[in-house]
Amino acid sequence: MEPRLLLSDFLRQDLGLTGTHVGCEHGVCGACTVLLDGEAVRSCLILAVQADGHEVATVEGLGSVEDLHPLQAAFRQAHALQCGFCTPGILMTLVPFLDEHPNPAESEIREALSGNLCRCTGYQNIVDAVKLSTPVPAGW
Amino acid sequence: MDDVQLDGMLHVAFLRSEHAHARLRGVDVAAARRRPGVVAVYAADDLGDYWQPGPLLVPPPPIPGLVFHACTQVPLVKDKARHVGEPIAMVVAESRYVAEDAVADIVVDVAPLQAVVDLEAALERGAPLVHEHLSSNLAAHVVQEKGDYNAAKATAHRVVQRRFHYDRGISAAIENRAVAARWDARAEELTVWDTTQAPIPIRNGLARMLGLLESQVRVIAPFVGGGFGPKIMMFYPEEVLVPWAAMRLGRPVKWTEDRQENFTATTQERGQVHDAELAVTRDGKILGVKDVFLHDSGAYDSYGLTVPINSQCTLLGPYDVPNYYTEFTAVFTNKTLVTPVRGAGRQHGVFVMERLLDFAARELGIDRLEIRRRNYLAPEAFPFNNEIIFQDSAPLVYDSGDYAPALAQAAQMIGYEQFVREEQPRLRVAGRHVGIGIVSYIEGTGIGPYEGARVTIEPSGEVRVATGVGTQGQGHFTSFAQIVAEVLGVPMERIHVVTGDTREFNWGTGTFASRGAVVAGTACHAAAALVRDKIFAVASRVLQVPQERLELVGGRMMVKDATDGGIELGALAARANPLRGAVRPGTEPGLEATAYYGPDRGSTASGVHAMIVEVDPETAMVEIRRYVVVHDCGRLINPMLVEGQIHGGVAHGIGNAFYEQLVYDDGGQLQNASFMDYLLPTATDVPRVEVAHRETASPLNPIGLKGVGEAGCIPTGAAFAQAVEDALADYGLEITEIPLSPDKLFDLLKKTRPKKRNVVVIDGSFVFQGSREAVYALLQDPEVLGKSLPGAMHLGRTGDGRYDGLMRVGIGPVTAAEFSVSVTLHDQKPPAGYGMIVEGKGGFGFVRGTAQVALADHGDGTEMTYRAEVQVGGTIAGVGQRLLDSVAKRMTRQGLEALNTALAARL
Ligand code: FES
Ligand code: FES
Repeated sequence: MEPRLLLSDFLRQDLGLTGTHVGCEHGVCGACTVLLDGEAVRSCLILAVQADGHEVATVEGLGSVEDLHPLQAAFRQAHALQCGFCTPGILMTLVPFLDEHPNPAESEIREALSGNLCRCTGYQNIVDAVKLSTPVPAGW
Repeated sequence: MDDVQLDGMLHVAFLRSEHAHARLRGVDVAAARRRPGVVAVYAADDLGDYWQPGPLLVPPPPIPGLVFHACTQVPLVKDKARHVGEPIAMVVAESRYVAEDAVADIVVDVAPLQAVVDLEAALERGAPLVHEHLSSNLAAHVVQEKGDYNAAKATAHRVVQRRFHYDRGISAAIENRAVAARWDARAEELTVWDTTQAPIPIRNGLARMLGLLESQVRVIAPFVGGGFGPKIMMFYPEEVLVPWAAMRLGRPVKWTEDRQENFTATTQERGQVHDAELAVTRDGKILGVKDVFLHDSGAYDSYGLTVPINSQCTLLGPYDVPNYYTEFTAVFTNKTLVTPVRGAGRQHGVFVMERLLDFAARELGIDRLEIRRRNYLAPEAFPFNNEIIFQDSAPLVYDSGDYAPALAQAAQMIGYEQFVREEQPRLRVAGRHVGIGIVSYIEGTGIGPYEGARVTIEPSGEVRVATGVGTQGQGHFTSFAQIVAEVLGVPMERIHVVTGDTREFNWGTGTFASRGAVVAGTACHAAAALVRDKIFAVASRVLQVPQERLELVGGRMMVKDATDGGIELGALAARANPLRGAVRPGTEPGLEATAYYGPDRGSTASGVHAMIVEVDPETAMVEIRRYVVVHDCGRLINPMLVEGQIHGGVAHGIGNAFYEQLVYDDGGQLQNASFMDYLLPTATDVPRVEVAHRETASPLNPIGLKGVGEAGCIPTGAAFAQAVEDALADYGLEITEIPLSPDKLFDLLKKTRPKKRNVVVIDGSFVFQGSREAVYALLQDPEVLGKSLPGAMHLGRTGDGRYDGLMRVGIGPVTAAEFSVSVTLHDQKPPAGYGMIVEGKGGFGFVRGTAQVALADHGDGTEMTYRAEVQVGGTIAGVGQRLLDSVAKRMTRQGLEALNTALAARL
């Protein structure tokens, strides 16, 4: 493998895991977010070789069409995606966040989302989906 | 789109112009061709006859006297580069990495030219020319007129005149553009995957360019990651080149735009400068509007005049404007092409009109809501002909609307009255800068020419719906399925919608102008209705029952009043397509129908946006505390989808208003071509949007639909400007420019803010023994005020809310400084409070300041809270801050006690 190959390109092109999206390739949009040893990272800022020996989780591992992850189900219910391009990165950002904040306040959700750009939804329904997926809905 | 990965696929990278304007003398691609892994490198000359300027997409409408010079983009630069990012050479290689390496191997010989950047400078004599065969940089000139503005102006009580600037942003779909193509030599078929919003026109154009039959080209616009306008543009150079290369090389070829390319190679919008005036009567009735503006076309004007014509048409808004003069000049510049971006010129018109109304309201002393109410078109005025031509070449006729109730509803939702009467004065006294903005707009939507749809019931009972529009997240699948489900009485899960694949449906135009749901949705409705007719006809024959006795229930044809029997739609479909026997003359096999819908003109959606903001004048940061949208897009198919469109539009509008601006330097170089430097609003910048719907049905289509896709971002800038201005009322600044960034607002504040040195702040509260009404009246009485204010020799009312007089005070060594003072009250909200501007001048210096007074019930009495900031200059300022402060405090205390005594005497 070429040392310069980005993790995002490796996932998408070499492994055919096209669930991870690429929107900027400079670390701002968050569309390429994956979990590296359980932590959300931007796969466009990491070389594939750097991930050697680590566990990488992508949106493909989250749920399937038949068996959606609860967060995915909440996204569907709350109309939290329009074009869906930002969605995989947002899901992968939120999964570890929700592990640490099982019952977040709206401001915390927004803070957690602030590293992911979405041009379609205005974020509101994404916030609502997160609330919907948390065990004790906060502030409803 | 980038998910499309085919065996043997090659990858493309482009060498793009680094210069905004440069003569191209030569391109040496030899080294690039030699690089291992490179399959081909093409410069303009390698394209032979295939090198052609692109088509003029939208010819200008038939407006008398219109001047238009069509200069369309080219696939690769041949003689001259006209904007940064214009492609010069194309590399095709085994991987994108290698292709990009090879781009760096290409040597270009260029002679930079002076760039045309500023709109006004572009039109000056001797300016460098973007297109040298023209005698100037003028791309178009259009005048439209209704009534006689000058005659109206002559009778006006007041004419409000301002200059407005609107600047460029990007559409910023999170998915960049991409094109992939595969030529199947055996089937002689070209398949193209394209992020376009207009797959069918792309297919038709490609077939013509490549010498193929339309049926030999299949264009697929898969789920596209956001459109917002620029993906309707065609033909982008990449769209022309990638399919051509795939055919020549006999291998699939793909190009995916990266974000940096997107900033210079994908079309943009919004550069305009307006000189506008509004002529009004004394009571704020509009007599006429005149607007003369410059529009930035960018380097080529392939998209015609859609954007500036939208600006001039949308300016009229929901108002009765009897006289209108509108003139624009479109200008070529050495910047990226301008084509519609969500809103497509409409926000400029709304911004200009709403701002003019705000200024007029202020100058006439009329409430902002009231001036709008006085000018709305009445509900019975429709259809209303504005007597000018819209972008679709049809006269600008509003189909229906009901504006005043929408304003009332928005005002009620945001609590306008309560906010301006109580909350705002109270917060102002506490030194906080909060403001409210509330504006109206209309949006021409759902224009022609047409869209079509085919509805098929398969023998399995599943229903297929195919239409030609592409989809980028608008929810077409859901809304079209809903429409068809309702007509056919079939559950949603059994309906399968296909959009954006020319093999499935090959007539239509595309997704633009907020028209998908209106035009294609109506076509779906019509096709489903035809299928329904067929169902009844076939069922009647099969069941031997007259049609009147049949009904459609849950995907089954039933005989009325019968408890069982009937026939499934799938079985009917099979019966309608027999293997033997005869299909009756005059009927068609199967349960399938195709229908088209082509409105003569668009339907007019409308709405009101209101927001409350808080501004920190120290940092110029603006926080949006509430955002309310009352929106009327005719009959709603799906409120959730409509709200989603509005949320996204508002976020986009907020970005345009405060965060996003493309900054070009004098050389035409974009200074902020990355998401690090060009700021998109994030989840912490965008407020929760409270949406209410009104449904004024459109009479133009059977469902009563109007479009919604762009609405959210059209009035945002105008509402934002009004709210921020209101929050900073004591600074008296005017916002005539969008986007307004924190640093621009900071500069505006610096210009208008009184210097902070020698500022005396007086604040506190005092309890009067009397009702709020009594205290309020007392505080307006010049005689009482004159007596109570220490040193006031006399004070007289010289106008509504204005008092002039003379005052003598002793401060330290200055024993009797005499000032002529004037006090102006504003934002009077009896009995809740008011604002005050105080100015005094005299031989010993000056005082100048603002004050806020708020009154609240306090037991039997009234608590007055006050805060004043008074700047002191001249000799008296020399006494020092400490002494100034103590004198101010003493004077205030004495004054208030005197007032309380006066109040007691009155009661
Ligand atoms: S693609 Fe990685 S952050 Fe945008
Ligand atoms: S849903 Fe389109 S970018 Fe988020």
